[in-house]
Amino acid sequence: MSSNTASPALIASNGDSLREAFGKSLSSLADEFPKLVVLDADIAGGTGVHHFRKSHPERFVQFGIAEQNMMAAAGGMAAVGLMPVVTTFAVFCLRAIEQARLSLCYARRNAKIVASHPGLDVGPDGGSAQALEDLAAFRAIPGMTVISPADAIEMAQATRAILEFDGPVYMRTGRSPSVRLFGADHKFEIGKGQILRDGHDLTIIACGAEVARALDAADALKEDGISARVVNMPTIKPIDMDLIARCARETGAIVTAEDHNIHGGLGGAVAESLAATVPCPVEFVGVKDVFGASGEPEELAYAFEIAAPFIVAAARKVLKRKK
Amino acid sequence: MNIQVKPTPANDTGTAQKIEQQLAEAARFVRMHSIASIYHAGSGHPGGAMSSADLLACLYGAEMNVWPRGIDDPMRDRFVLSKGHAAPALYAVGAYYGFCSPKESLKLRKLNSPFQGHPHVLDLPWVETSTGSLGQGFSVAIGMALGLKIQNNPARVYTMLGDGELQEGEVWEAAMSGAHHKLDTLTAVIDYNKLQSDNTNDAIMRLEPLGDKWRAFGWDVQEIDGHDIAAILAAFRHAGTTSLPSVIIAHTVKGKGVPYMENIPAWHGSVKFTRLQAEEALAALNASADEIKEFLDV
Repeated sequence: MSSNTASPALIASNGDSLREAFGKSLSSLADEFPKLVVLDADIAGGTGVHHFRKSHPERFVQFGIAEQNMMAAAGGMAAVGLMPVVTTFAVFCLRAIEQARLSLCYARRNAKIVASHPGLDVGPDGGSAQALEDLAAFRAIPGMTVISPADAIEMAQATRAILEFDGPVYMRTGRSPSVRLFGADHKFEIGKGQILRDGHDLTIIACGAEVARALDAADALKEDGISARVVNMPTIKPIDMDLIARCARETGAIVTAEDHNIHGGLGGAVAESLAATVPCPVEFVGVKDVFGASGEPEELAYAFEIAAPFIVAAARKVLKRKK
Repeated sequence: MNIQVKPTPANDTGTAQKIEQQLAEAARFVRMHSIASIYHAGSGHPGGAMSSADLLACLYGAEMNVWPRGIDDPMRDRFVLSKGHAAPALYAVGAYYGFCSPKESLKLRKLNSPFQGHPHVLDLPWVETSTGSLGQGFSVAIGMALGLKIQNNPARVYTMLGDGELQEGEVWEAAMSGAHHKLDTLTAVIDYNKLQSDNTNDAIMRLEPLGDKWRAFGWDVQEIDGHDIAAILAAFRHAGTTSLPSVIIAHTVKGKGVPYMENIPAWHGSVKFTRLQAEEALAALNASADEIKEFLDV
């Protein structure tokens, strides 16, 4: 029997996904950041860090399927001068969130958590695997920076940025092939959002996989004569309050869009920011406080109402509420 | 308070017997200071502070290569108090050997005091990391030993766990990783006083056969009397020679040194001492009338 027919086709990280972009970036940055070590819990093939394992095996540390120990051990490695990057699926980061709280954030360690498989983007693995709570949960920890880049270029830039940043960070990657949004001239900066398309009737503020859908929604609105501004908001915490206030002043209505529960994530952060600066009507596109399910990511985006047409509907709704 | 300068290899010319006497005196101070700080705080966990006093005195007074002036030295040995609720004993041993002020550290659990109810590294760098959630300190110690090894730094890492703490699943994740990564520079000490918050270990969740569990996880296991200074020092010496990560299961008495507390689970929890109880405890520890005044009237 030939080994070709005996080997299963492994479904691992490939193509233009954010996890691949992250894994490749980490590998290419390793020489520039000699204290960088990468921690894995038996899913390097899924998180993209198989690239790093291959390029820098001596700085790749295997913890087995034991995320709590891995997370707290990262605190110890940071305490002795290394810069650990903890990698696992977003849902398993939730399992070790108390370790992230005490041993990374409370002790203010320069350690990074990079989570693949966030939200409905996980797809067929189903509801148990789809973390729809991670942005809210990690955002609530004092001292934690929370980031969710939108495409592979931004992911590469954000990977460098979190290694240059001194302090704990939680960053989402993504499992599915991502839409290419930015060119090499894109400039990611922690704490800053960017206006991708200008408009004056309302602003759609999105992060991660929802940014591409927000741009599609703005196209559809334009055909109906509605001018929608689109903002990419890759840093959920600290959120870009100045830009949010400016959008509220200039467009008077906001729609948020995220592959996450509508409670506590990007929408929550934007609403908190508006309440303290320039209050205006807001509609929230996200998963409506339910768990996900199996299906392809695009099917799920429709089933759970986070696809572009639902951003369009939210835009129409928020315009009716606009004074 | 009669505070000692920690002996260094250069000035340590004592005989074994003299060293043991000095460490016993350090342990007595740890117990008295812990009683006093918990009395002033109005809350705190005295039982585990009493049971761990001899072990902590041996670590800071003899075993570890760490001195107050070298707390930033990358080559220093590290200690992580994984059973963070024994913080009063850690502050007391730190006070005895010059890592913090003996008077300031009596302001335990007070607003604006760095001596929080559980150790916090941003308040007190010499405590090495923040603990108080059981299991995590052990993992942090694993990470330190692994990180030092990756950087070819020969410094040793020590950690102390409570027995109830061993019920946390994370402890066994960490134990597995310590053996897998061959962390021979790591020594874990278990303050095995057989009591936990609500009752005995046996009544809450049985730990035995404890030595067999650690051996099965790939650790070098020693079982000793955790109040026998010579036995503690010998166990640390052996731990430094084995090629495996090392665990010292130290059989101790909760509340050791204070008869009304010994082996009574109620003295584990956060308790409030009356003046009379604090005086009685200090007297049981052979405190003089002057010492009692010095500890309690600050």
